[in-house]
Amino acid sequence: MSPREIFCLRDYLRPELKGRTVSDARQTVSLTDILEYSCLGGRLGELSGRSVLLAVADQLTSGLAMIEIDGVARRMLLCPPDVNADHIKTLMEDADIDAIVTDIPSHWSAAGIDLLGVRSLERSTLPAKAAQATEWLMLTSGTSGVPKVVRHTLEGLTGAIVADGPTRDAPPVWATFYDIRRYGGLQIFLRAVIGGGSMVLSQPGEPIADHVARLHMVGVTHISGTPSHWRRLLMSRAASEFAPSYVRLSGEIADQAVLDALSRAFPGASIGHAYASTEAGVGFAVNDGLEGFPAGMIGKSRNGVEMKIEEGSLRIRSARTADAYVGRNVAALTDDDGFVDTGDMIELRGHRYYFVGRRGGIINIGGLKVHPEEIEAVINRQAEVRMSRAKSRRSPITGAIVVADVVLADNYSAGNAEIRERILADCRASLAPHKVPAVIKFVASLELTAAGKLARHDA
Amino acid sequence: MSVRLKIMAAMRQIANEQQVTLPPIDDDLSLHETGFDSLGFAILVARLEDDLGVDPFTISDDATFPLTIGDFVKAYENVPA
Repeated sequence: MSPREIFCLRDYLRPELKGRTVSDARQTVSLTDILEYSCLGGRLGELSGRSVLLAVADQLTSGLAMIEIDGVARRMLLCPPDVNADHIKTLMEDADIDAIVTDIPSHWSAAGIDLLGVRSLERSTLPAKAAQATEWLMLTSGTSGVPKVVRHTLEGLTGAIVADGPTRDAPPVWATFYDIRRYGGLQIFLRAVIGGGSMVLSQPGEPIADHVARLHMVGVTHISGTPSHWRRLLMSRAASEFAPSYVRLSGEIADQAVLDALSRAFPGASIGHAYASTEAGVGFAVNDGLEGFPAGMIGKSRNGVEMKIEEGSLRIRSARTADAYVGRNVAALTDDDGFVDTGDMIELRGHRYYFVGRRGGIINIGGLKVHPEEIEAVINRQAEVRMSRAKSRRSPITGAIVVADVVLADNYSAGNAEIRERILADCRASLAPHKVPAVIKFVASLELTAAGKLARHDA
Repeated sequence: MSVRLKIMAAMRQIANEQQVTLPPIDDDLSLHETGFDSLGFAILVARLEDDLGVDPFTISDDATFPLTIGDFVKAYENVPA
């Protein structure tokens, strides 16, 4: 048996596919002859066999750098712009980073690691063949602690894309509301590169109306986002001109209301919701317009994804799951049988399974994860507060919001508006906006479990 | 206080908290022109539910997304409290 051929992203960028572009709000870059250009100033060779941190602010340059680096470096850690600066050092140690590709070299000069600054595209010949299968390292999203580093291969990342096969019509023009340094966004970027299409990137801070006008102008046909992204779009009135042919939801529970609202807003589009996570990879897509998924999908599917339910949570085994967590003292990513525990709790109603929430009571606010404990810590440090419990409350707008029940210390009256204001002001000063309780309720007591822990019924 | 006045008071309070400058409010103003993001609306709907005892967007099976201030107020006025 001959060794398997190593393939890399460049293999999908053949010059015979004309008119392919990747764009953001500021610039458009042709993908057709991209292999004749470098955003690394022709210094790609210096990254050969290295462990590279890709820390570039804008998505477009990051995407171009991914195309260059894949197949050259030993590994590439994709660093989203919102990573907590306090965590970077730990993450770099975990990933054995020995080179940094950045747009702000001065920011990293203290790291004592080789720096490579990104530049405007200039002519340079990229190697035609992959020298090695680069490991793709991604970060788990937004818990309060240090994110975990998750290792994928390009083959695993693209498993669902290859399985879906090429589109029958003209090459799609993809867009996503996600950042392409996150799993959900990277999937779309890879779909665009591999499927022979084009890609329209999101731009932080861009008003939704301007974003949609751009999607419309470029002729986006396929677009993905979280249910919260879509709710925001639906509320904006901006969608009236836009007519994609495929609308995809992922990253959160897609409820029937948002699926129905999308089919009303985009009557010509097929609408699908997909299940995927950084660790478990792409599990499945549901295209029947209904929330949840058919019970028959549990078990082995023809495309090699196997799903089971244990202790109420969805477990997935497939070639698309991540290979491992990377770093010191890391837990196993899969159980002994190779299943990833997604931590997503599901229940059977009739002939369908429905997602009911996350195990462990992590609150998910519009795709952003919140640990109730970190909110309680801020509330509890007020002199007037005895104890508190942050919890999620269902919201028709963001899926969930944070609310808090607060027990005041003796001598303080629940009617005291100043205390409420003070708690909220401190939360606003200390926490990201989505973690600030929307409503604070003063209660006489909070229930404890037999073990003396705060009872969390929404867990 | 009427439902409308309660909604306006809650919006001003949230605008103040979120440091959003509200434009002059009338029924034709679209919700995205208020400057509120989806979190702002989520807070508004939650507080109104506590204040008015009703969340018209969760009760309704036929959940439609209001586009203007007028639609938003009407959603609360049309639900028996």
